[in-house]
Amino acid sequence: MLTLQCPYCGVQAEETELHAGGEAHLKRFGPGASDEDFEAYLFMRENPKGVHFERWRHVNGCGKWFHAARCTMTLEVFGTYSAQTSEPPQSIRAAISAKRPGWQWKDFA
Amino acid sequence: MKRYSAFAIAREAARYHSGWGRAWAAPQPKAKYDAIIVGAGGHGLATAYYLGKNFGITNVAVLEKGWLGGGNTGRNTTIIRSNYLQDASAAIYEKARSLYETMSQDLNYNVMFSPRGVIMLAQTHHEVRGYQRTAHANALQGVETQYIGPDKVKELVPIINIDGPRYPVLGGLWQPRGGTARHDAVAWGYARACSDMGMDIIQQCEVTGVRRDGDRVIGVDTTKGAIDCDKLGLVVAGHSGVLAEKAGFRLPIESLALQALVSEPIKPCMDVVVMANTVHGYMSQSDKGEMVIGGGTDGFNNYTQRGSFHHVEETVRALIETFPMISRLKMLRQWGGIVDMTGDRSPILSKTPVDGIFVNCGWGTGGFKAIPGSGWAMAELMAKGHSPLAAEFSLNRFAEGRFIDESVAAGVAH
Repeated sequence: MLTLQCPYCGVQAEETELHAGGEAHLKRFGPGASDEDFEAYLFMRENPKGVHFERWRHVNGCGKWFHAARCTMTLEVFGTYSAQTSEPPQSIRAAISAKRPGWQWKDFA
Repeated sequence: MKRYSAFAIAREAARYHSGWGRAWAAPQPKAKYDAIIVGAGGHGLATAYYLGKNFGITNVAVLEKGWLGGGNTGRNTTIIRSNYLQDASAAIYEKARSLYETMSQDLNYNVMFSPRGVIMLAQTHHEVRGYQRTAHANALQGVETQYIGPDKVKELVPIINIDGPRYPVLGGLWQPRGGTARHDAVAWGYARACSDMGMDIIQQCEVTGVRRDGDRVIGVDTTKGAIDCDKLGLVVAGHSGVLAEKAGFRLPIESLALQALVSEPIKPCMDVVVMANTVHGYMSQSDKGEMVIGGGTDGFNNYTQRGSFHHVEETVRALIETFPMISRLKMLRQWGGIVDMTGDRSPILSKTPVDGIFVNCGWGTGGFKAIPGSGWAMAELMAKGHSPLAAEFSLNRFAEGRFIDESVAAGVAH
């Protein structure tokens, strides 16, 4: 069972307390964007076999959205962090680099 | 190929079963093929089979990184039905269901197709209206289904509790020619027939790269060396996104774990397949007597072929209310497979931005029932560049907003 620490209330929450919210750090495109950008924003997903950044909601807890860095191949959790950011913090990226040298996800490495 | 028959059994019995031979060959890859199919599961092998049978293209290799039928083909709950609401889905699933009817004869391999009937329970008033609508749509599509009341449900499934306090059974969508088949045998039967046509099925051969000449595919790199091809079909379910990335394009796919479980074998108690979509569980009884149970996907991206225990618990908890009898059953085995989910929960059968590469993916949680229809359409698409059955399932439907809104419109578990 997956256990994530909610960065807001600090609770070590197991999966039944959480709700998965899909890929994190999506760049939003709206009116005026090209068709390709809009389609990619709506439907295309990273879906990597390995390091993945995603949104979670502490739904049966404090109710807040947060971000998590996780490996989809081993279910290892690298860390969780606030959703009030447009990119993963340096500490999380360093934690991933220590375990997965050479990783890349979108433009982040 | 030696045909299987009653005569063959008698002949082999007389000589201590010494003459059966291998069902399919295990060749080394050639330098070049007309077409390469990646993925020797049901869909990949069916694609190869219909390329040979319908279009005479037999210089084909089917590459498999693991073993034949070892992915989702061997992990599903073997349910076959075609009671879909949208025309495009009903057409391809009904094509598949009708091909299952004669598959054992076509392949000379017993796939144990059992058209025992499938009921989808209506347990809310929304579902009652939804399934009545689906029954009308199916009548127009030429798919035989019927909306039945709770008395008929009880008659068909004596072990059901139709007065459940939370979700009483208000009726059901009944497809009498739906049912189950033996999933491994489907893969094995197609493999044997493909091998017989001279195709190469190469197991333990992982595709590590896709070679392109500009916008055109020219071959693949594998763990058994480089192989050239004119056309490439990617039919790899959960790993479609990984292979598409190697080929240089993206797919609107997310990979999730879907679990299933079976109970200890018990005496025959339920001779139809029952799906309860409000509570999201489905159950049938295998020929061995095990109750085969499945539910919905786990919630997050996952490539581990393992799921979380609480999803199994949710599924079983929901089914116990409708089938009180199973509350004392011991569960024997539980497993997971990686399913590829699209935004509209309908499959993708399509050309891709790379010339010569075709994808067949996105079957999500409902691929097994579609295997022959999917292979039929994919073979036509690869051979002729167009297939009426596949047209609506093209990749550009996301850009154009032509969704096949099956999961929302019909409220079904796939």
